[in-house]
This record gives sequence, structure tokens and C-alpha cells, in this order.
Amino acid sequence: MSYVLQQLLNGIALGFVYALIALGYTMVYGIVRLINFAHGDVFMVGAFIGYFTLRALSKVTLTGIAWLDGLLLFLLAMLAAMVVCTALNVAIERIAYKPLRNAPRIAALITAIGVSLFLEYFSSLKFVFGPNYITYPTPLPMVNWEIGGLRISILQVLIAVVATLLLLALNYIVHYTKMGKAMRATAFDRDTARLMGIDVDLTISFTFGLGAALAGAGGVLYATAYPRIHTFMGIIPGLKAFTAAVLGGIGSLPGAFVGALIMGVAEVIAKSIYSTIADGVAFLVLIIVLLVKPAGLFGRAEVEKV
Amino acid sequence: MRTIRILSILLVVSMILPLASCGPKGGGTIKIGVIAPMTGDVKTFGESTKNGVQMAINEWNAKGGINGKTLEMVLGDDKNDPAEATNAATKLIKQDKVKFIIGSVSSKCSIPISVIANDNKVVMISGTSTNPKVTVADGKRKEYVFRACFIDPPQGSAMAKFALETLKIKKAAVFYDNGNDYVKGLAEFFKAAFEKGGGTVTVYEAYSKDDTDFSALLTKVMADPPDMLYIPDYYNMVNLIAKQARDKGFKGILAGGDGWDSSDLDVKATEGGYFTNHYSPDDPRPEVQNWVKAYKEKYGSVPDALATLGYDAANLLLNAIKTAGTEDTAKVKDAMQATKGFKTVSGEISFDQDGNPTNKDIAILQIKGGKQVHVTTIKP
Repeated sequence: MSYVLQQLLNGIALGFVYALIALGYTMVYGIVRLINFAHGDVFMVGAFIGYFTLRALSKVTLTGIAWLDGLLLFLLAMLAAMVVCTALNVAIERIAYKPLRNAPRIAALITAIGVSLFLEYFSSLKFVFGPNYITYPTPLPMVNWEIGGLRISILQVLIAVVATLLLLALNYIVHYTKMGKAMRATAFDRDTARLMGIDVDLTISFTFGLGAALAGAGGVLYATAYPRIHTFMGIIPGLKAFTAAVLGGIGSLPGAFVGALIMGVAEVIAKSIYSTIADGVAFLVLIIVLLVKPAGLFGRAEVEKV
Repeated sequence: MRTIRILSILLVVSMILPLASCGPKGGGTIKIGVIAPMTGDVKTFGESTKNGVQMAINEWNAKGGINGKTLEMVLGDDKNDPAEATNAATKLIKQDKVKFIIGSVSSKCSIPISVIANDNKVVMISGTSTNPKVTVADGKRKEYVFRACFIDPPQGSAMAKFALETLKIKKAAVFYDNGNDYVKGLAEFFKAAFEKGGGTVTVYEAYSKDDTDFSALLTKVMADPPDMLYIPDYYNMVNLIAKQARDKGFKGILAGGDGWDSSDLDVKATEGGYFTNHYSPDDPRPEVQNWVKAYKEKYGSVPDALATLGYDAANLLLNAIKTAGTEDTAKVKDAMQATKGFKTVSGEISFDQDGNPTNKDIAILQIKGGKQVHVTTIKP
């Protein structure tokens, strides 16, 4: 029994990381109806920014207490990644997507794929991040506790706490702030929102930035839990998070969160039974859900606007 | 009109230039092709191999080269990717007209290169590709292909034997990369020898090279904790798995193969672990000590097995070219095959009918206090 619970726990920890990426996909889709394929690469940039921050600060002592220093360094790295990713994604939106806002959707989609490839190959140049695999430094001590037959590591706790806090913050921004109201209005009907005096451009930029901040934090969390980074690391988690967003109903925030948890758990359970079919099972879940409920778990069946 | 004229002049010039560079080059050099992973997931392997080959070439050039010709290295990067390895080999052979290739490092790259080299009658020697299929395909020897290292069956059984007899371990778990000939081979040979010696393999699971999350597999392993976890992969994957294994509370011994030998290995997570290797820098033989000293002087670090075997492979090849007295690859191949008791850093080398060195010792090293320490040497 504890074996199954332990595997569930592993799956949920993985699902939390997917959720941080999936939310960015779903928010952007909700507001501009664009699948931002470069999102997984923004996640990769976040992991690298975290790496450079950790490396630059590796000799610094803040409080003198080892574990507290480690935690602070980790949070600093995450903050740096969030800031840089926000700036990057806002810039991508301004340069690549904004001129295409009224073009056919397929044009924007192809551009997104182009941006994704650009980020991957440009960053693997020697003078940017480089083409090599890097082992991620871990500022945190390796600690784990055994509670009722379950083994929980400090990383799993950290992932759960940080991801939950970020998700609560996101929920607050979307539902209880003026900007959040503007986001929801723009997602609902962009033209009417503009007529009501909402700065649509600013709102869209804000949405891209918010999604990227989550992806950046996700990148650092992911790299700390799975300490190996390279410039193509964003592709697979990006695809899985995208799948999770579709599974939950793209455009829906709770849907992305639940979809990500389902993906994480399905992947881990499959892996524990037969290791090489894990990815297949994760995508099989998607196909089944879409056959039964084409709009996804939380999605509304939507009439194409003309 | 004017732009057209400029363009046409440019076009003509661009057509003539490559012709000009094709002219006779003085005829005073022998090109030695080197294929190694200079970038990507195992770049320290590539750097070391290149350094080792460079040392050998410099030494031969200082002695006046071979048959009055100086040696020149032509480097190709395979990024540890079989497709890139094929491209690099084709470029070296067709474009650079190389007749001798040293490389590559990993078996999954050396296997496709060996086919191209053999078909083009290019003599190839790999320093560190340990999978049997590098020199033999479907029971047929690739006549132009050799290696300077031992092969995986003895390497896998050496660790199994060491675990059973010296460490008195009865239970082990094995993880392996399904898409990597080297890793898969080592895992199979370890499992076979370990079970034959009376041990039990509790978990024997595959993963793919892009996998990052091992929590599911490790939880499976921890359901019945083994004394040893055998991960015969390259260092970057070992780092990834070792850390997660410790996070999951694995307290036993980690073990692996020569893919662990890198300055980038996570010595904190693998502390106390053992791996099989081609040589130990602690070996008191004069060949080893002179080599370690010379390498340290030039590159400032102790040579790892990759550098050592790059050096050995280059020496074997250059010796065969010298013995043959010609650059005719058919004759060089015969001279190489006839090598008897040639002294190298990693031992005295003679080739068997499969192009593999006979009687190579296997060193077992331990990660202790963040350093590699020589434990014992196993004679196969």
C-alpha cells in the first residue's frame, strides 16, 4: 500500500512542475488563442538563468547557516529566472507575435515554432549557454524523512510549497486585481474590452510575462529536482505541459492544474509498471479524454467566433 | 547592371577559389582523422581524447615524423550522436581525404563510423569503444577496424566478480539506457555474470536518454533495497540518477563502468562508489608514470582513461604506419593486425582475430573523499 502511495506522491511532485508550465500555455491561449510553442524554451532559459545565478553566488555567505543560505540562494536563483523570463517573453510577444495579431492563426503558430527553434539553437551557441550538458548545482542539503512508511525528500516538499504559493498568487492576480479583471475581459472578447477602455496590448503583454514568470520558476525547480540541463531540455516537458493544458481544457486555469497532476501521476504509475512505455501512456490518457470529452476536462465547448 | 557584373565576378571567384586550395600541398604531411564528442552530453570525453592524441602526434613529430612526413590532426565533432558521427566520418574521408581515423569515444558512434571506414578501406582504431560490435558485425570481422581497449563482456563480469567476491554483495539492481549499445551491453554482461555467481538482480529496468525523472524506478528499487545499484552509463546520466537515488534514501553502493571517468562526475552523490576502468594513474609502471608526468606538464591535470587510450590508440596506429613503411591502408592494416607485445600506457598490446587487444587488465577504482582511488586490478 505504501508503495502505491509513494508512487502517487512521486507523480504529484512531477505534476506540480508540469502545472507551472501548463498554466503559461493555457493563459496565453485563453487571451490570444495562440499556442505558444516557445514556452518550453522559456522554461529552459529559466533553468539556465538559475544556474548562472547559483554559480555567481556560490562563494557568497548570507547568514552563515548552511541550510538557510542554501534556501535563500535557491529563492534568489528562482527570482532571477522569473525576472529574466518575464522580460524575455514580453519581448518575444512584442517582436514576434504582436505584428501578427490580426493575421490568420496559422501564421502566428508557425512563428511560435520558429521562435522555439531560434531559442534552442541560438542558446546552444558557444557564447550563449553552450551546447553541453551541465550538472546543476544544488544549494540545498540532501535530506529526506520517513513518515508512515512514505519517504519524502526536502525537494518534494519545496516543489509542493513553492508551486502552491505561486499558484495561489496567480489565482489572486487573475481573480482579485484590476489587471486580472482586464485579462479575463480581454480573453472573453478583445474588441469589447478595448471599447470599455482596457489597454489590450498591455494586458496581453502582462499575460505573457505572468506565464513566463511561472515557467522560469518551474525551470529552476525542475533543474534542482533533476539536476542536468542543456538547451534542448525544454522540448519534452513543454510538450507534456501542453498536453496537460489540453487535457484539462485549454484556456482554463484549474483545468491546466488538474491536467498537469493527472499527467504527472499517469507517467509515474506507467513507469513503475513498465519503464519504457511511460510517455506512451501519458499521451494515451490525452487521447482517451479527448475522445470522451473533446473540450478537455474543464473546457467549455466553444463556438468559433466569426 | 553594375550589381550583376559584381555578382558574376564574385561567382567566378568563388568557383576558382576551392580549386586553388586543392592544389598539391607539398606532400609532406600525413593526415590523422580524429572523431570525438567535442560538445554535447559527454564533452569531457572528447576533450581528453583529443589531448591524448595530440600528445602522441607531437611526440612523433618531434622525432621527425613518419617516413619524413609530418603528422597533422584533422578533428571531427560527433556530439555523441550516431547521425553526426556518420557525417563527420564521411566528411573526413571524402573531403579531407583522410586515410586513418582515431575514434570515436562511445560505441554507438563508433559502430556507424566503423562501417563507413571499412567500406572505404580507411584504417580505424577506437580508443575507448568497448562494445563488441565495433569490430565485428554479424559474425564477420571488419578488417580495417581495431580498438585499444578491452570489450564489454569482461568489463561487466569484472564488476560482478568484484561485487560478489570482494564486497560480498548478494543483491543488486541495474538501470540501463535502452538506446545505447555500450550501456545495454554492459548491463547485460553484468547481470549474466552476477546471477551466474549466485547473486540476485532485484530490479533490471530500462530508460531512454531524455528521461530525467527516476522517482518511479527508484521507488521500485527501494521496495526491496539492494546493496548495489549498477548504472553503467556516462557521467552526466550517472549524476542525474545518483542524486535522485540518494534523495530516495538509497544507502548502498553505486557502481558503473568506464563511462564514469570524468572530471564532471558528481563525486558527492557517488561517494563510496566503484567503477571499472582502463588504467589507474597510481600504477607504478614507468610507462604510466612518465605519461602522467608529461600530461600534467602540458594540460595541468592527471590524465583520465579517455586521454590515455587516445594516446595509446594514436601510438598503435602511428607504429603500424611506420612498420608498414607506406600509407597504403591495406598494408597498414596488416601491420596493425601483426602488432605483438607493443608497449602502451594501458598495457602490452597484441591483437586477436577480432581486432581486440588480448589480455587487457581491468582496474577497479573507488570514489573516495571526492577522488578516484585505485582499489584492485582484475585480470580477465
